[in-house]
Amino acid sequence: MSQTAIALTNVSKIYRRYGGKQFSTLKSALLSGDLVRRLRPDETFQALNDVSFSVPRGSTFGVVGRNGSGKSTTLKLVAGITKPTMGTVQVDGRISALIELGAGFHPEISGRENVFINGIMLGLTKKEITKRFDEIVEFAELTEFIDAPVKTYSSGMYMRLGFAVAIHVDPDVLLVDEVLAVGDEGFTHKCLDKFGDFKRRGKTILLVTHSLGLVERFCDEAVWLDAGRKKAEGDPTRVVGTYVTDVARQEERFLATSDEKAKVEAGEAGQEGPVGPVAAEEHFHDMNQAGEGRWGSGGVEISGVEFQDETGHATQVFHTGETMRVVLDVKASAPVRDFVFGIGLFTTDGVSVYGTNTFIEELESDRFEGEGQVTLSVDSLDLVEGTYKLDVAVHRRDGSPYDYHRLLHTFRVKSRIKDGGIYRPKHRWEFSSDIRFKPPK
Amino acid sequence: MWHNLGQLLRYRGLIQSLVARELKARYRGSVLGFFWSFVNPLLLLLIYNFVFTYLLVSRAKDIQPYAVFMFTALLPWTWFSSSLTEATGSLISGGNLIKKVLFPAEILPFVTILSNMVHFLLGLPILICFMLWYKVTPDWAQVPWFVVIVAVQLLFTAGLSLILSALAVHFRDVRDLVSNLLTFWFFATPIIYSYKDFPDYKKYFDWNPFTHLAISYQEVLFFPGDFGHWKWLLAMGAASVVLFVAAYWVFDRLRDSFAEAV
Repeated sequence: MSQTAIALTNVSKIYRRYGGKQFSTLKSALLSGDLVRRLRPDETFQALNDVSFSVPRGSTFGVVGRNGSGKSTTLKLVAGITKPTMGTVQVDGRISALIELGAGFHPEISGRENVFINGIMLGLTKKEITKRFDEIVEFAELTEFIDAPVKTYSSGMYMRLGFAVAIHVDPDVLLVDEVLAVGDEGFTHKCLDKFGDFKRRGKTILLVTHSLGLVERFCDEAVWLDAGRKKAEGDPTRVVGTYVTDVARQEERFLATSDEKAKVEAGEAGQEGPVGPVAAEEHFHDMNQAGEGRWGSGGVEISGVEFQDETGHATQVFHTGETMRVVLDVKASAPVRDFVFGIGLFTTDGVSVYGTNTFIEELESDRFEGEGQVTLSVDSLDLVEGTYKLDVAVHRRDGSPYDYHRLLHTFRVKSRIKDGGIYRPKHRWEFSSDIRFKPPK
Repeated sequence: MWHNLGQLLRYRGLIQSLVARELKARYRGSVLGFFWSFVNPLLLLLIYNFVFTYLLVSRAKDIQPYAVFMFTALLPWTWFSSSLTEATGSLISGGNLIKKVLFPAEILPFVTILSNMVHFLLGLPILICFMLWYKVTPDWAQVPWFVVIVAVQLLFTAGLSLILSALAVHFRDVRDLVSNLLTFWFFATPIIYSYKDFPDYKKYFDWNPFTHLAISYQEVLFFPGDFGHWKWLLAMGAASVVLFVAAYWVFDRLRDSFAEAV
């Protein structure tokens, strides 16, 4: 056996869409007399574009990427379910694919019979299944129910049985497509143990997943696919890192456009004329219940809001603990002496995280005219991962607004640690000497 | 293509267990269970027999006993027509397997044909009972031909099923087309009547492949005398081989599109 378990060489996969619609009808094909032409594709979709990588024997190899990036197509090509349009796929050794668990189960017959048929489908002989049967059932935790028809199983039982059969095929190459996402905690651990066991025995695993932590922890190598192309390959931590950065950049663009949309909508509402004091007051009373929008008398205007990182670069994605700066461009056409700048920070479900203004912090306004900038620096953004919305406002001391931006500005906080809540206080753990933890990998 | 055909042998264990599964699953939960395999054709026989011996007696009265005559060809027709109907949709309903498991797709239509063949074979005891009851004795020397006829029918059905199932993946209305065509086909075939009664239409009957199967069954099992139709049967067998190979070629060409189009 060679040292390479899986080798993809310049693989492209083009999916064809026949006839443009999903269900072509023979009648229409016959009527227009183009039965043969209809069998030819008239729309194509390139799922993979010149992708090459090889997986050394005995390694665990991760494939990451967004939805629709070609991950599952890659897996199907390796499994031999579809053929590449161009290029070659070579696989050395027996494959078992955990692509869809229990894909071949028949609901009417018992779990026992399904194990046999599924096992044969996956390439085992009857004898081999008989030998492993007890182990399979035990792994699936279905000893009591194995003779009940599969249609009576819960989805968890169904999945466990499918997983148990597939993993007991004892393949040289195991293909795993996101199956761990569906199990309960306990079963997921069991599966991971089984994968670890595979690894120790020198088997090859190709893992497609959105769980980046799993890739970093588990894989020896990883590849990042984006829109059918290979973007990065190599050390999983580095690959995942570049992937996450790219996702962050994309999210930023998305947040920027959606904020832009909200602002345009708010602007349109305001264009019906200067918002009167009555309307403003109405808004003011139920400020925390108000939806997104913008209102105010306009004596001072917030013409721009920008989030910046510590180096002054505009961004809308921060990591927990980084510096965040909120920069407001403000202008007043006539001199004003009574003004307060304020911000309010909310989670997407409307929970107020923090709010402050210059008046509360005992800054007394003196005078402002023309254009200026207000910067609020948060030295350490100690929030857990999530999306947050920001209110910014400039108003009189009595609260009546000059310009109020309600929930118009969005930023995201990312974190490697998936802790709960909203706020992450700076903290550390301490243990007495007899409590020991394994050193981090 | 030949390689793929060879592969099929490797999968005979799977075909076997899928056929067994099909049979088990069909009657799971029913009170009569496997007994339905006997009851279904029996009821069919009783209905047709009643209609054609008591209601529409015009021509049927020449063939006696009519029940046995009709049953000899009706039983294989049931196998043929239900195989074709089920096989046509087999790739679509088995889409999950084609998309998710490495699996030679032709197994699916074959499994439906074979499981219907088991039903056909289970119907034979009823035919035998009726033959005993009406004291119809076939010419024993000709009974081995029965195996040949079944083999030809199997090959013919398999060929048609391969093409239809592959086409049905791309054109869903093939399924409806097939079920309607089969009704037409049934009445165009000398099953409930004898072709001898309509000599004017002989050349049309000759164009219908199932005519030759039906006549062969009738001559071997029902009518006394020699099996005169054997030439037609062998020609039909040769044609079936050609059909099967051609169908397999078409199926093989379309194979890669199944996982995407199902």
